[in-house]
Amino acid sequence: MSQMIEQAKFSCALGGLQTVLAIDKGIPIVHAGPGCAARQFLYLGSGAGYQGEGYAGGGQISCTNSTQSEVIFGGEKKLRATVEGTLKVMDGSIYVILAGCSAGIIGDDVKQIACEFADEGYPVVGVDTAGFRGNNYKGHEIVVNAIIDQYISYEVPKANVKKGLVNVFSVVPYQDAYWRGDLHEIKRLLEGIGLEVNILYGVEGNGFSEWMNIPNAEFNLVLSPWVGLSTAKKLESIYKTPYLHIPVLPVGLKETSRFLRQVAEFANLDKNRVEEFILSEERRYKNYFVSFGDLVSDFGCYLPYHLYTVADSTYGIGASKFMIEELGFTPMGFYDIDNPDAKAKESVEELLTGIDERYTGNIVFEGDNKIIQDDIEKKLTESGVRSVVLGSSWDKELVASKNESILVRLSLPITDRVILNKSYVGYNGGLTLIEDIYSGLFADGMITNTTHADH
Amino acid sequence: MSDIIDQTEVTVRENRLKSIIYYSGKASELAKAEGTDAFACKERSYSQCSDCAQMTASTITYFVRDAAVVVHSPMGCFANTPLYDTQFRNSAIERGEEPDKVRVICSNITEKDTVYGGTNKLKEAINEAVRRFNPSAIFVHSSCAAGIVGDDIEGVAIDMQDELGIPIIPIYCEGFKSKIWSSGFDAAYHGILKKLVKPQTEKNKKLVNIFNFLGSDTFTPLLAKLGLTPNYLVPLASVEKISRMPEAACSAHICETLGTYVSGVLESEYGVPKVKAPAPFGISWTDNWLREVAKYTGTEDIVEEVIESEHKRIAPELEKLREKLAGKKIYIFAGDAYAHNVGSVVADLGMEIVGMTTLHHDMKVDTEGTENTLQALVDKTGEIENFSVCNKQPYQVLKILEKLKPDVMIVRHMNMTILGGKLGIPSLLEGETNISAGYDGIITTGKRLNALIETKGILKTLEEYNEFPYTKWWREEENPFYFEKGAKA
Repeated sequence: MSQMIEQAKFSCALGGLQTVLAIDKGIPIVHAGPGCAARQFLYLGSGAGYQGEGYAGGGQISCTNSTQSEVIFGGEKKLRATVEGTLKVMDGSIYVILAGCSAGIIGDDVKQIACEFADEGYPVVGVDTAGFRGNNYKGHEIVVNAIIDQYISYEVPKANVKKGLVNVFSVVPYQDAYWRGDLHEIKRLLEGIGLEVNILYGVEGNGFSEWMNIPNAEFNLVLSPWVGLSTAKKLESIYKTPYLHIPVLPVGLKETSRFLRQVAEFANLDKNRVEEFILSEERRYKNYFVSFGDLVSDFGCYLPYHLYTVADSTYGIGASKFMIEELGFTPMGFYDIDNPDAKAKESVEELLTGIDERYTGNIVFEGDNKIIQDDIEKKLTESGVRSVVLGSSWDKELVASKNESILVRLSLPITDRVILNKSYVGYNGGLTLIEDIYSGLFADGMITNTTHADH
Repeated sequence: MSDIIDQTEVTVRENRLKSIIYYSGKASELAKAEGTDAFACKERSYSQCSDCAQMTASTITYFVRDAAVVVHSPMGCFANTPLYDTQFRNSAIERGEEPDKVRVICSNITEKDTVYGGTNKLKEAINEAVRRFNPSAIFVHSSCAAGIVGDDIEGVAIDMQDELGIPIIPIYCEGFKSKIWSSGFDAAYHGILKKLVKPQTEKNKKLVNIFNFLGSDTFTPLLAKLGLTPNYLVPLASVEKISRMPEAACSAHICETLGTYVSGVLESEYGVPKVKAPAPFGISWTDNWLREVAKYTGTEDIVEEVIESEHKRIAPELEKLREKLAGKKIYIFAGDAYAHNVGSVVADLGMEIVGMTTLHHDMKVDTEGTENTLQALVDKTGEIENFSVCNKQPYQVLKILEKLKPDVMIVRHMNMTILGGKLGIPSLLEGETNISAGYDGIITTGKRLNALIETKGILKTLEEYNEFPYTKWWREEENPFYFEKGAKA
């Protein structure tokens, strides 16, 4: 991974404030310079398919707007006043103080200040998410782990295990622009096989009470190659909750059925019920799949068959596996943008080469989309093959200009699509991905059954 | 070189212009206090997030045609989207110029750099910018992290400039330096004045500097009436064009807040007179602006004729728009001075300004003799009873809007129109500032406002479905300015 970045694929650790916003009535309190919160919103809000301020985000985020005097004399006094004001003005379920660079460098103790408020009975935690500490994947984990460490573990010191209850730790809200739809589908699938689910984000669950219920889960499910693992390990050490780590986010029929069977086996669920659910989902899915068979049969020689993936390891691996396994794509390159540590890198490589040996030598860990683009451009020029790029709005021009290729927006930034409840996860998401890939054939309006498309 | 330009940094606005971020009262009282210490730059005891100088600096430096920008910061200050490219391209096309893209790169400061210093990384980033973009100049934006750990950006810039043979321009736009995000405009212009602008022996009597943002070409038709040409600065200009800015006959701007520092220095250090009338927004302000431009360009003989014929030209359409908009209640949330400009335009449309909130207020401007735009507005529209100053703070503005119940809002800042949206009030995002300028700008604004009112339907639904995050206590509190003047939570 190069150091400089021209085209951003992630933000900094302070981006963890969007994780707070993804919690039902979660309220971030930013202890940082005056522009920090607004910057996060530009990239992780507007840049995530125009997800707006919602309940308490965007311009509404409480902030110390730290300037000279806080940098020189320390900002703890101002932070206290800001937390007091927030508790009085903003109606929230959990309040998370996030320190930015200025507070991080001068060493304001935000955890201590959070403690003072927590001692008075307010649900307040504090984290150091100074931008230089890492990217927002790291920021996400810092926030989640702090809510557990600093709040839940005190409020619920002992687990009261409920059979069939599972906590899901998977995609990073907002950094995954489709997080709302994705989590909805994951919850639907797990409930379908008989589990009760703490999905933790969004408003369709039981709000923050799901978080308070985390200790009582029978097990934790980590559905990503590395993000969320530290949380599962933490919960194992605090509450002895076992965890199931499934690194591949399920997309499409084969992987989703595999995923459900693996979870069912781990949780020792009623086999009949599980198989009944899978059968009914598969029948519906296959019916859809066959119905677009005419299209792929008619236009066989115009179909894209090379695949380039520019995404994080969670969504990228899930979507790519589906396209290789069910849609027959040839993997040409996997560009992992989430900056995993050395160990996670190794497991990402193993996973990918396990999916398809042709990934060997074609896996790149890179945070600068410009460098990725240059590589893809070279490969597209050499191959001359119509391809699908799972990328972002950065890649729109490149993809359109090379071999009439098709761009599916899988990773940030996404600024030319509006995203509400869309998802590429699960049975339903696989079908949506099919729609988006093959609708791309008609983007330039030239393909019909009476025209030769190599114009 | 003069003392002002020789300084490493320009003084931030709260110290230089006594700028403030809260006030509530009558517009006239604030206008009258010009230049005094009647109000201080104090903060609320509780605030929502503001914005920073780095953002405002980037609105200038990112869009110089053949320059690159190195942002010396962690990723969060930089994490940008392709929208900058889109803005650059669309604006160029609107002006009938070659489309272009931004050339920016982030040094990506990490923990190690905050301990051992990030100057090596900055050097690498500058070299990388040269390799990738081959620019004619490089702006280096500082950040909170770089500023607090004390990276010697000036030293790196001097060394690298010698090595590379192109201007390397430090922009001291650290977010923590100022409570007033507009200080970032001054920081960017200061770097430009210090490192790029060259004295010009040849003067072009027909050229008028227009300090603006990205925006469409509304000044060419306006100035053409006097046989003059606009010299749009700084976005979309080349490094070479920027360096020659002292050759113009005079300097003007689309907003005093944007142009105060640069046009002031051009007058005091390079002898380029600054147009001291308010920017050309609304009929009478455009008249006066043209008269002053005429004075500096030797076109006084024709200016009255031009003004008269322009009035006649727009009269029929203006009349129609007035019929539609007369008496509609409008609230303006923008500026500093840009809010006053917009007020001048909507007054000509016959609308009633029920309230105005400016995002900060400069208690003075950089050049003596410059007309006070707030006073000029009050003179034009009469008293604005519900006037306030506020650096965003939607929790506070919400209460103002609920009280004033405007029919429509004009907003110039990101992420703020949603506040109107959630209250079912159509809000015009004044993101493109040039199109409201001049005589045609009044017509354009009228048409946009008229169209906007028609979109009320979807906002009514938004209002119905929305839930505000504010507590019952705050919703019931009567004073929107509760947290000002040191009130404790």
